[in-house]
Amino acid sequence: MTTLVKPRTLFIGLSLLCLLAIWLSLALGPVSLPLLDTLRAALRLIGVPIAPDGLEQAELILGQIRLPRTLLGLAVGGVLALSGVAMQGLFRNPLADPGLVGVSSGAALGAAIAIVGGSAFGGLPESFGPYLLSLCAFLGGLGVTALVYRLGRRNGQTNVATMLLAGIALTALAGSAVGLFTYLADDATLRTLTFWNLGSLNGASYSRLWPLLLVTAGVALWLPRRAKALNALLLGESEAGHLGIDVEGLKRELVFCTALGVGAAVAAAGMIGFVGLVVPHLVRLLAGPDHRVLLPASVLAGASLLLFADLVARLALAPAELPIGIVTAFIGAPFFLILLLRRRA
Amino acid sequence: MLRTENLKIRRGSKTVLTDITLELKPGEVLGVLGPNGAGKSTLLGALCGELRPDEGRVWLDERELSHCTGAQRAQRLAVLPQVSTLDFGFRVEEVVGMGRLPYQSGRVRDDEIVAAALGAADAGHLSGRSYLALSGGERQRVHLARVLAQLWPGEAGQTLLLDEPTSMLDPLHQHTTLQAVREFADRGAAVLVILHDLNLAARYCDRLLLLEGGRPVALDTPEQVLRPESLKAVFGLEVLVQPHPERGHPLIIAR
Repeated sequence: MTTLVKPRTLFIGLSLLCLLAIWLSLALGPVSLPLLDTLRAALRLIGVPIAPDGLEQAELILGQIRLPRTLLGLAVGGVLALSGVAMQGLFRNPLADPGLVGVSSGAALGAAIAIVGGSAFGGLPESFGPYLLSLCAFLGGLGVTALVYRLGRRNGQTNVATMLLAGIALTALAGSAVGLFTYLADDATLRTLTFWNLGSLNGASYSRLWPLLLVTAGVALWLPRRAKALNALLLGESEAGHLGIDVEGLKRELVFCTALGVGAAVAAAGMIGFVGLVVPHLVRLLAGPDHRVLLPASVLAGASLLLFADLVARLALAPAELPIGIVTAFIGAPFFLILLLRRRA
Repeated sequence: MLRTENLKIRRGSKTVLTDITLELKPGEVLGVLGPNGAGKSTLLGALCGELRPDEGRVWLDERELSHCTGAQRAQRLAVLPQVSTLDFGFRVEEVVGMGRLPYQSGRVRDDEIVAAALGAADAGHLSGRSYLALSGGERQRVHLARVLAQLWPGEAGQTLLLDEPTSMLDPLHQHTTLQAVREFADRGAAVLVILHDLNLAARYCDRLLLLEGGRPVALDTPEQVLRPESLKAVFGLEVLVQPHPERGHPLIIAR
């Protein structure tokens, strides 16, 4: 099978898809806005001078609720997809996923510790609470990633099977710790914890958005610089080394970027599984495994996918709202099984 | 130029390679022979810097190999491992193009070199296909083309290390591959190649290193190394050695 879609066509297609997802995400919800009004209000929000007649309400909904939520979805989807690419490159296995190797649950544990610890001390202060939460989620993710990575290595080789199993064990361990916190938590904390475990873009606010946007931008700018090295890494660690790549440094960067990205995403929106697995796969099917295309295309595709999943979460049981983690898992788990079966054939 | 003196490597308490003194000369193909577990791949691992010697040193030109890193080293030393695992569907020319990573020679030049290296490995017709759709032998030739592209066109001062490059190839491609390696050396590069086929070694190598139990038994021309006594001693194999009727190099026939 050769490359199906030219990179340029792919980028144009994905950009249009992403714009459509943004538009719908801004327009649809408990109060659906006419698409044209949404467009005009959005243009007004970014400073295009348009007559404000009858747009006040739309502008308010957009600016206060829909825009932060959409930005959150874009950033979470993009950074999770990037983390998936980084993990699959690191483990040289297209089935690796931040959720499967325990990064997400480590980050959730970090977040849970911050939430429960914070409520024990009378609640996290509004000013730096979000940052502390992000930091704890990041440290949790980094800790578990590093541990899984160490457990999977023997004689300088990374054993993927060992690593996935170690990831499962650590996911269970982190899950039991989160479960313990859940059991001990009071009602308000319990609600917050459940929110982290299932993932949701609900309640997006600009203060929670900033750390994530910074991290996403950083990771999205950094990883493509390593695209060629990532390609070579797929040949094997020693082969990449013989091609002049600082393999240990590259691996550290990948682990760091993944922990940072997933940590920030989990801190902002909770655990959202399978995006990191599904998106790189779909892009590879369309355009091949070259990271120079795969990385930027995965950002666009991940962002679009998450916005569409969020639309399902918002609209399926309207006016009630599904946690988005349920939606992505509902799409992602069967997809993963199909991939497994296809690879076995 | 790659050389080593009194190289010794241990695995745990066991010495797996010892007393290796070797210099890879420009324009020369050096074959490494020996039974399974004789230390051939260990030697290659030490010569490419993957294994740290417990005693002795490896030099690349005037510097110790462990001090050479990055693209500069990759421009002078290329390594083909016994097995390469690649689980992603790159196109064949993308795989070979990875050999150009240590250079900034530009896309036009890189494409020319990739095509030339693919041709040398008799894999030009695979261009455009997905790596995952290839057979084992085809993949092996693509990886050979990749390491050839890394040093292309091959000149004095460059070294190529090959670990059993013919293990999965059909008889014709065993010859075309080693012929390509031979031509690469004729342009000035130094080549070390691990082989199992004694007749291929006799035909394409200038010198042979015979290993047994981690020790060098012989290091000399094929005529000197491939003698019935030493082959019996090292491989436990009874052989007749006769000159090739047309080419004159030793021809080894099991009795």
